[in-house]
Amino acid sequence: MNFMEAPSARKHGVVIVGAGQAGASCAANLRQAGFPGPISLIGEEVAAPYQRPPLSKAWLLGKCTDESIQWKPTSFYAQQDIDLFLGARVERLDRKARCVVLTDGREFPYDHLVIATGARARRMAWVAHAATRLHELRTSLDATRFKASLRPGSTVLIIGAGYIGLEAAASARALGAEVTVIEREPRVLARVACRALSDYFEGHHRRHGVSFLFNRSVCSIDMESNGVHRVKIDGGEQLHADTVLVGVGAVPNQELADTAGLECQDGILVDERACTSDKDIYAIGDCTRRPISLYGQRWRLESVPNALEQAKQAAAAICGGPLPAEEVPWFWSDQYDTKLQIAGLPIQVARLVVRGDAAEGRFAVFHLNDRQQVQAVEAVNAAPEFLMGRRLIAARCTVNVERLCNSKISMKEVAV
Amino acid sequence: MPTITYVSSDGTKSTVDATVGDSVMSTAVKTNVSGIDADCGGACACATCHVYVDAAWLGRLGEISELEKGMLDFANNTRANSRLSCQIAITDALEGLVVTIPASQR
Repeated sequence: MNFMEAPSARKHGVVIVGAGQAGASCAANLRQAGFPGPISLIGEEVAAPYQRPPLSKAWLLGKCTDESIQWKPTSFYAQQDIDLFLGARVERLDRKARCVVLTDGREFPYDHLVIATGARARRMAWVAHAATRLHELRTSLDATRFKASLRPGSTVLIIGAGYIGLEAAASARALGAEVTVIEREPRVLARVACRALSDYFEGHHRRHGVSFLFNRSVCSIDMESNGVHRVKIDGGEQLHADTVLVGVGAVPNQELADTAGLECQDGILVDERACTSDKDIYAIGDCTRRPISLYGQRWRLESVPNALEQAKQAAAAICGGPLPAEEVPWFWSDQYDTKLQIAGLPIQVARLVVRGDAAEGRFAVFHLNDRQQVQAVEAVNAAPEFLMGRRLIAARCTVNVERLCNSKISMKEVAV
Repeated sequence: MPTITYVSSDGTKSTVDATVGDSVMSTAVKTNVSGIDADCGGACACATCHVYVDAAWLGRLGEISELEKGMLDFANNTRANSRLSCQIAITDALEGLVVTIPASQR
């Protein structure tokens, strides 16, 4: 590694705001790269860094514990000389003084700042979330509260049929609750998946006893004296539920950057090194909008792989090392016994090609552009299609559509 | 407490204490062994925790699942002794296990 200045010249080291998987990984990556200076990792939550994806899946089902979703053992931070500050909220960023200031007045001067503030659950502006004790699912505290509300036979209304909503629906059903999902769009996963995939997942959830209301929005939510929620939806219908979970997307936590004058546009704008419009400030993870050269545009990716990739980029940039190779964006979801894996982004798509049979619960949908190159693949219980699809996307390979459709032909033999 | 040795692609060895019940992947992540990316955190969804298992140990690992087999068939640079380290649960019988990390997980 090539440290541009002696540690004595840059004595404040790196301050990382946000101790989710992005921020915590960046701290670890800096040490792996041999960064010699101080590293401060500041997190708003009281819990030490942990993995969020299991919260809506294995953790809810009791298949893993708070301890097993811990990202590192407690001893790790001292061993790696990473100063961890938990339950600490950053109030503002003073770029002139090169310092972040906490709400309790503590100041953290920095040589390099990494903003990893993540995203928060989107709220419905017209509904009193706190007063009606609505649930959301972002943090371990959220998950603990949601789980405590679930019991066999209790009624759960989930607003939003995205990943969080559907994963929570699957887990709640497994725990014996009666689940209804209400969605503004005409299908599940409307924002992130093609129709074939939506149809499959809707059917799968219905087979597991979930009810759906599509093309409906929530007008108001009240809580009756017995604690039951009364939910009015457009068209005049009224529903009752013991528990209401809102999963209608996420909003990037960009206020710290925005207020300090860093360029933001539904996410903190960063380059391929995770650097913001200030050369000493990086931003990584869910709070950013980043370039993806494969697709020639900037994108806001809410995923762990993206957080880990950008953490590596920032660590490499700070240490003066080579940037890691750009990755193909990917996502996964577990619902019941079904594993969904998506690689790439479904943009500039000219045609969809289905391989396998949805009725057998194992298939993949390939999104091709007009040059027969794979832009994205959605794979249901189909690891080979996902992994090979990811490689085809990265290599910009042209595929033979007839071979691709024929699941008897190996995925290794579909490129032209 | 079994010990596990991770050999990086440049030959560097890290020997760490592991906890029974953890996986070979999570042990590497917890001890900051580099080269095991583990993007999905152990859901057998990403094949970025690929390792080569020393021949002496291959027979002592559990059955390989269809899902893992499917992933390994299409992961990069796989060999006959490839495994996904998130699918190897640590037991006392694995004391001294040696795994080699490929140069790249991608």
